Amino acid sequence: MKKIFQRPESLKQEPFRYCPGCGHSLIHRLIAECIDELGIRERVIGIAPVGCAVFAYDYFNFDILEVAHGRPPAAATGLKRTLPDRVIFSYQGDGDLAAIGTAEIIHAANRGEDITVFFINNTTYGMTGGQMAPTTLIGQKTATSPLGRDPKTAGFPLRMAELLATIEGASYIARVSVDSYRNLIDAKKAVLKAFRYQMEQKGFSLVEILSPCPVDWKLSPKESQIRIQNEIIPIYPLGTFKDAYQESTL
Amino acid sequence: MAKIVAVTGNEAVANALKQVNPDVCAAYPITPQTEMMQRFSSFVSDGKVKTEIILVESEHSSMSACVGACAAGGRVITATSSQGLALMYEILYIASGTRLPIVMPVVNRALSAPLNIHGDHSDSMGARDTGWIQLWSENAQEAYDNTIQAFRIAEHMDIRLPIMINMDGFIISHSIERMEYLDDDQVQNFVGEFKSLNPLLDLEHPVSYGPLILTDYYMEFRKAQDDVESKVPGVVLDVAKDFEKLSGRTYGLFETYRLDDAEIALIILNSAAGTSKDVVDEFRDKGIKAGLLKPRLYRPFPYKEIGEALKHLKAVCVLDRADAFGGSFGPVYMDIATSLYPYKERPVLINKIYGLGGRDYLPDHAKLVLNELVELVGNGTVKSYKEYIGVRE
Repeated sequence: MKKIFQRPESLKQEPFRYCPGCGHSLIHRLIAECIDELGIRERVIGIAPVGCAVFAYDYFNFDILEVAHGRPPAAATGLKRTLPDRVIFSYQGDGDLAAIGTAEIIHAANRGEDITVFFINNTTYGMTGGQMAPTTLIGQKTATSPLGRDPKTAGFPLRMAELLATIEGASYIARVSVDSYRNLIDAKKAVLKAFRYQMEQKGFSLVEILSPCPVDWKLSPKESQIRIQNEIIPIYPLGTFKDAYQESTL
Repeated sequence: MAKIVAVTGNEAVANALKQVNPDVCAAYPITPQTEMMQRFSSFVSDGKVKTEIILVESEHSSMSACVGACAAGGRVITATSSQGLALMYEILYIASGTRLPIVMPVVNRALSAPLNIHGDHSDSMGARDTGWIQLWSENAQEAYDNTIQAFRIAEHMDIRLPIMINMDGFIISHSIERMEYLDDDQVQNFVGEFKSLNPLLDLEHPVSYGPLILTDYYMEFRKAQDDVESKVPGVVLDVAKDFEKLSGRTYGLFETYRLDDAEIALIILNSAAGTSKDVVDEFRDKGIKAGLLKPRLYRPFPYKEIGEALKHLKAVCVLDRADAFGGSFGPVYMDIATSLYPYKERPVLINKIYGLGGRDYLPDHAKLVLNELVELVGNGTVKSYKEYIGVRE
């Protein structure tokens, strides 16, 4: 009998210790499956963020570099320039990429670095316990905005994919979601494409992934999926925002 | 009337900040400080303080926002830990060089790499030469009391320097202790109204902050800054005197414990001092003349006063919860050695590095060190001047 489903080789035999309903486990698996399918496990180096996914090295079955909060795109640049035949990706949350590391991501994209970035947007600072992030929705209650985000003093949800799509150096920018099976399929296509762009030396690729954080949102895993569909996707629409090589979009 | 509470160190300091009700707070979360600023943002949301809160995108920005707010003439706070303090490094010098009395609790945590979130002193030790005043606190009560006094020290018209209040990450920030709160109006009266000095946009007295000074006056500027540092200990003692009248709690530049007639002593900062005092008592019960000194004002370091307090001892061990890499000793050891150097007769000085990255410091460690000092006094032989303790070889 043919084996049709198995644990990706790019994941270690290690149970995920993320919170129930957290999107990281799904996204780790997606990335691992794509790396297996592309046959690049022994060529991949990942960069783990500061944030919940700091433990990425516990799960991914390939080399991982850990750098300071927000600096993965700069570190990825250094890695790629030194080892141009490897596939380099950074895995960053919204605290890492859209707050403390905004400068690094913009300039890595602008230089058109041949790297791939996975940007996990859960509209909060997850690891420190659910504080307001630049991606937090208007009115969303967090630990540091207990009455809800007020744009008058705290600004608006920062749409990183749209912002980065305006940069000439960026090649592929898409936003996907892991709230449903349907969207998971699209998410996987985007992850594959982002890796392929790098492998074909097509330049900077970034996939923003909307991801649930049930614990900090104070919702059940199911309610969190519904929140993504009803509240988050309308603010952070899914789709391809830039494709410099104009291949077929999602 | 003092109110007795059971709170974490973070909650205690957040409450002190609430009672002071500063004008502006810039905050960015970082473990283990996060809870403090989170509680403070709740006070803002609940209308318990009138503070303008700025939730910025990084510590580099939070300290920069503090510089702007303070130069504008506001009473300004922030808080941080570890990597956050490291990211502020550039702006720490701007704050002290422009003489801005920003108040910043620092919940001490180890530095990367390797990544570690637990308590040690590498973060604030790395900032010890930035021109900030540093107060260190053994427990939640001291962190609370130091925070309140910090405003008076930093804002004193002879000083006008930024100040950090240190407490041990998790060990103090996250443990619940019994402590006493002052009343809100007592704190308000104690810190008084904020008096700005040369604020921006005072149209009668226009000023510029931080202009370019090259070879012409840079050195005079630094000399003036050094002169101000020398005034800090006096102000710290005056403020402590006033605080004692209010609270009944005594503070100095440092705390001595059974030191006056001691022959051997430990020197140790923050929470581990509490553990060590118990062991000093045990040695005293055995008839061994042990004592302890715990620095409180660590920057500027009261070299003279500490030298006087220690010169009579036979042997001293400085315990550092951080190492100063460079083939040298721990930071506190180097300062104590400098304090004692002018004396012809001085104690033998050894250094132990302990508790890095939150490694437990246990009574047995203090025993080990005190026994070594007893032996050293007995046979006059130093086994080693610097050693890591509580470490696997």
